[in-house]
Amino acid sequence: MTFTRRRLLKNAAGLGVLAGAGFPHIWIKNADLASAAAGEIKVGVLFSLTGTTAIIEESLNKATIMAIEEINAAGGIKGMKVVPVVEDPASDPATFAEKARKLVVGDKCVSVFGSYTSASRKAVLPVFERQNNLYWYPTLYEGRECSKNVIYTGAVPNQQQDEFIPWLINKFGKKFYLIGSNYIYPKEENNYCKKLLQKHGGEVVAEEYVPLGHSEFSSVINKFRSTQPNVIFSTVVGDSVVALHRQYHAAGLDPAKMPMASLTTSENEIAAMGGEAAAGHFTSAPYFMVYESPENAKFVAAYKKRWGADKVTHFVSEACYFQVHLFKQAVEKLAVSDITPPHIRDAVKGQETLAPQGKVRIEPENLHTWLWPKIAQAQSNGQFKILVQAKNWLKPLPYAAYPGQVCTDKGLVVKS
Amino acid sequence: MDQFIQQIFTGLSIGSILLLVALGLSIIYGSMGIINLAHGEFVMLGAYGAWLMQTKFGLGLFASLVPIFLLVALFGWLIERFVLSFLNNRPLDTILATWGVGIMLQQAVRLTVGGELRYVKMPELLSSSTEVLGVQVSLYRIFLLGMAVVLFALTWLLMNRTTVGMKLRAIIQDRSIAASFGVNSRRIYGLTFAYGAGLAGLAGALVSPLKSVSPEMGTTYVIDAFMVVVLGGVQSLIGTVASAFILGELSGAIAFLQNDTVAKATVLLAIVVLIRFKPQGMFSARVRA
Repeated sequence: MTFTRRRLLKNAAGLGVLAGAGFPHIWIKNADLASAAAGEIKVGVLFSLTGTTAIIEESLNKATIMAIEEINAAGGIKGMKVVPVVEDPASDPATFAEKARKLVVGDKCVSVFGSYTSASRKAVLPVFERQNNLYWYPTLYEGRECSKNVIYTGAVPNQQQDEFIPWLINKFGKKFYLIGSNYIYPKEENNYCKKLLQKHGGEVVAEEYVPLGHSEFSSVINKFRSTQPNVIFSTVVGDSVVALHRQYHAAGLDPAKMPMASLTTSENEIAAMGGEAAAGHFTSAPYFMVYESPENAKFVAAYKKRWGADKVTHFVSEACYFQVHLFKQAVEKLAVSDITPPHIRDAVKGQETLAPQGKVRIEPENLHTWLWPKIAQAQSNGQFKILVQAKNWLKPLPYAAYPGQVCTDKGLVVKS
Repeated sequence: MDQFIQQIFTGLSIGSILLLVALGLSIIYGSMGIINLAHGEFVMLGAYGAWLMQTKFGLGLFASLVPIFLLVALFGWLIERFVLSFLNNRPLDTILATWGVGIMLQQAVRLTVGGELRYVKMPELLSSSTEVLGVQVSLYRIFLLGMAVVLFALTWLLMNRTTVGMKLRAIIQDRSIAASFGVNSRRIYGLTFAYGAGLAGLAGALVSPLKSVSPEMGTTYVIDAFMVVVLGGVQSLIGTVASAFILGELSGAIAFLQNDTVAKATVLLAIVVLIRFKPQGMFSARVRA
């Protein structure tokens, strides 16, 4: 092998790249110290303000900003102000990844609160894992993820369905029609639902997925008519939820005989479909706006005062709100020089806070959250009526549909 | 049998919504040759118009239809007058310009009234269902079917029985000859575009009680509308009607037998195949080019 000039240059360039790649880590560490010393803690806020999912993510942005403002108004964390860096990822997973990189590497945020869809969470995951930063994800999701760099404060399938499915079978009957939007979340929820149905003696009369953003449900409604299920189990998301409910209502179907049971219909969607189309259907979630607790009264009042009296809170915006407070508690436990993502993660394990839904806790084993499942029926005034409340908080089991697999702090473990 | 009748009604209903949305596009595309990518946004404007009339002025859907038609038509006329009329005979630039207009409209709506989904109330009178031939059918869907037929008839009369329509048809045949006979083609083009835009606005207002209202809602409609127009044959109103109902019945039936994802894919595939062998669409008007 001879050393030509070109090869030498190439190698030198390679070394330079390596050195460059190694460098930022030192910088990030120092920068964190510097920003803490300057009396500021920078956090990223990554919710879409434009594009398809902006419809819901706008409210998540608002709940997050409000929580940060509350903390700052009460003197910040250890006398330091929390500074939100807001980015708009425009409902596009690739932009999510790009903005996440900007927040983590460029702005040197110690945590980022963000994402509604699973697709966007999956897109930013590599960024947070490579930079060993921390992502706070507020949405209910399909489970089956095990990352040391994400704190999950939304419900996983066992927390929404364990109580819901047997209750529905008991009350309405055992024939279920599964309808969902065509992507990973509804499919995984239905996987779990089918397991529960098997266990409790229910049966699936049909399982169907419609394209995301679909708005013409008349054929689906004809199938409801011809299969006559006792329950329509819906994991349809976004504006499709609105179209499905309105067309169900217009077609003259009766929620008392064939109710829709949803994991995704919140106050937000009901505001858009109108109370008359929502009334009589059921949702299972850890939080509803009408839930009576001093914390929730405070949360709802503050939200309306800050963003407008016509605004509603829902189960994802509630999680956005309490996760910022969990972040605060975790940072409070740390010395100023230790305010780095890995330390925050270790500090948040086992943290508890009184959220609007009740006292929640981060499970140290898998960084998901102990929540309070509730079952509620939508009313014609656009709000829910809570019918069943769990007596105990429920442990998150992100791998519940996959027996033998457990998510631990060492990652995914297969127990035989 | 019940299921069959039910499915026929479903197809008719889907077809009527397609026709409502495609009618305006068919006029603009067919007679002016303008590929109007902002068509979906005109639909969206109409839906927001209905929402605005309802929340700000307390007007029901029926009462707001005429003002919405006029407002969106006026808006279309302005776009034609101040953007598109400068791009005559430059089809590619027109596509870009209308696309840009569409994006600006979406963002303008988002900035002024916000990004959340909006609620338009269904008229009380039509919010129940009725029994027709032994099956339950939504009254509102019957109303939409009626509106689609009425609007089509009006459009057909306008094109074939009025002076404006005659002038427009003359321009379609040959613009310069028509001009030399004293037809003011700029004026006619402005009016045509305004009429097409107004129809889109009406379509948006009419579908809003069944579907959801958001700044992005137009994008799905514009695709469906183009499929209808391309399949039916450009410059053929009858073709637009036929293809709207064929697509409605077809996608309704496939969605019933399979599911909506399969229906979307198959229908698109069928159109592609048909266009391969019949590039002019099913009904092509004979025009001297």
